[in-house]
Amino acid sequence: MSIKIENLTHIYNPSSPFETTALDNISFEVTEGEFIGLIGHTGSGKSTLIQHLNGLLKPTKGKILINQVDITSKDVKLQDIRKNVGLVFQYPEHQLFEETVYKDIAFGPANLGLNEEEIKARVVEAMDLVRLPFQELRDRSPFELSGGQRRRVAIAGVLAMKPNILILDEPTAGLDPKGRDEILEQIKSLHQQVQNTVILVSHSMEDIAKLVDRIIVMHKGKVSLIGKPTQVFKEVEVLESIGLGIPQITYLMKMLKENNIKLREDILTIEEAKAEIINWIRGNKNA
Amino acid sequence: MLKDITIGQFYPTGSFIHELDPRTKILITFAYIVGLFIVSSFISYGIVALFVLGCIFVSKIPVKYMLKGLKPLRVIIIITFIINIFMTSGTIIYSLGPLNVTVEGLYQGTFMAFRLVFLVVGTSLLTLTTSPIALTDGIENLLNPLKPIGIPAHELAMMMTIALRFIPTLLEETDKIMKAQMARGADFESGNIINRAKSLVPLLVPLFISAFRRADELAMAMEARCYRGGDNRTRMKQLVIQKNDIISMAVMGMFIAILIYVRIR
Repeated sequence: MSIKIENLTHIYNPSSPFETTALDNISFEVTEGEFIGLIGHTGSGKSTLIQHLNGLLKPTKGKILINQVDITSKDVKLQDIRKNVGLVFQYPEHQLFEETVYKDIAFGPANLGLNEEEIKARVVEAMDLVRLPFQELRDRSPFELSGGQRRRVAIAGVLAMKPNILILDEPTAGLDPKGRDEILEQIKSLHQQVQNTVILVSHSMEDIAKLVDRIIVMHKGKVSLIGKPTQVFKEVEVLESIGLGIPQITYLMKMLKENNIKLREDILTIEEAKAEIINWIRGNKNA
Repeated sequence: MLKDITIGQFYPTGSFIHELDPRTKILITFAYIVGLFIVSSFISYGIVALFVLGCIFVSKIPVKYMLKGLKPLRVIIIITFIINIFMTSGTIIYSLGPLNVTVEGLYQGTFMAFRLVFLVVGTSLLTLTTSPIALTDGIENLLNPLKPIGIPAHELAMMMTIALRFIPTLLEETDKIMKAQMARGADFESGNIINRAKSLVPLLVPLFISAFRRADELAMAMEARCYRGGDNRTRMKQLVIQKNDIISMAVMGMFIAILIYVRIR
């Protein structure tokens, strides 16, 4: 499903002393099956933006088209949008409430009005996607699981609704490096399997660089950069001026280039860089 | 939807009233409440209205904002009005089955409705112009003389500070969890009353859990900073009565005097 945003503006607490413009005339497009990284500082408007995409917030001005349907118009049923657009909030484990893991993950599908069998199939599938053992955990209370497991139960709760567009707000915040890598890996493999549209919100360039097709950089309620990771990372000055910076490996490659070492420019991960540098050393020896 | 609750929210404008000592404002508000019960005629209400409007004008808080705070209370005001109309005996002017509308009832109902409105507007002026911290500081200070008879002034004030401090946090949290559950297809707005009550479970369970977690963390953080209650604690901001406070109290005294004069005249 495609997303098109036109001149979106959102103002919190209009005409009071607490008035703040969270989004300022934003426009961009996301095509079907794309993996987008949304990056920006705290307060840059990321969270406000994604809450517009499934109708939780109404824009002050502007339009949001999902599959050419304007979701800001009155005759659109919000339930239909939310069926298609799955939103995983920051610290999603705080929304768990049921007695068992099974019931909690089934909450979303049950709200869609599916039958028992279909619900069960979806819970099994969702738990499999986030690598939680179904038999072992189905009857456990979500509150006695570890932090990383709770997070995955919460994410499974959204995946079980089978959204065509999946939006994740900092899904790795507060996790240890292993948990972080696992979750990102699972999101990536899900995306490859079903070719859904994914928007991943983060403020870690490292996390985003190796996963996404395009990066949207937000600053003070505006889109400041948009493009492929390699394009965006070329704008080091802009990124640094808004306090973001680029992945460390990209810094390294840039420095090597400044020292007249000729390497490929589109390198984003340590593995690629390693291969390229070894290649270069070999090439030098042979020459 | 939750953000619409404006009653009692601090509204900083830095006006004359904002700068007053919180104790002055608390005492004046008490005097004002007592004054409202002295009122026995619409002429006195005219005086009260002028006084309140004057205060709002000085406080630089938009009248529209004040009226928005009345909105959640309109049901109570309307019910009070209706009950008074029907429950007061006297000269009947209209009958609706067993219910009688009387002249006295109409008078009494309007009277009570006005009293409620003035009560809410006047007291919300206190919280709108005083930050929660200043307010509890003032209360603690006013309760201090009662310590010897066993009133735990500091503990009460600390409890109030914490409670007030966490209202916005909990509202924010509620908003967040509500949205998270709505994103999972939860419906809080339609259905009959039983379904609606049931639909609150996914909201209340996480909310309680997070409230307890916060309480735990806060207690730990306070202990870690060696908090041990009120004795020997010093303050960064000392409360001092200034010229403006005395002027305000004098104005209040005059207001009460006028109300008493109109009453016994």
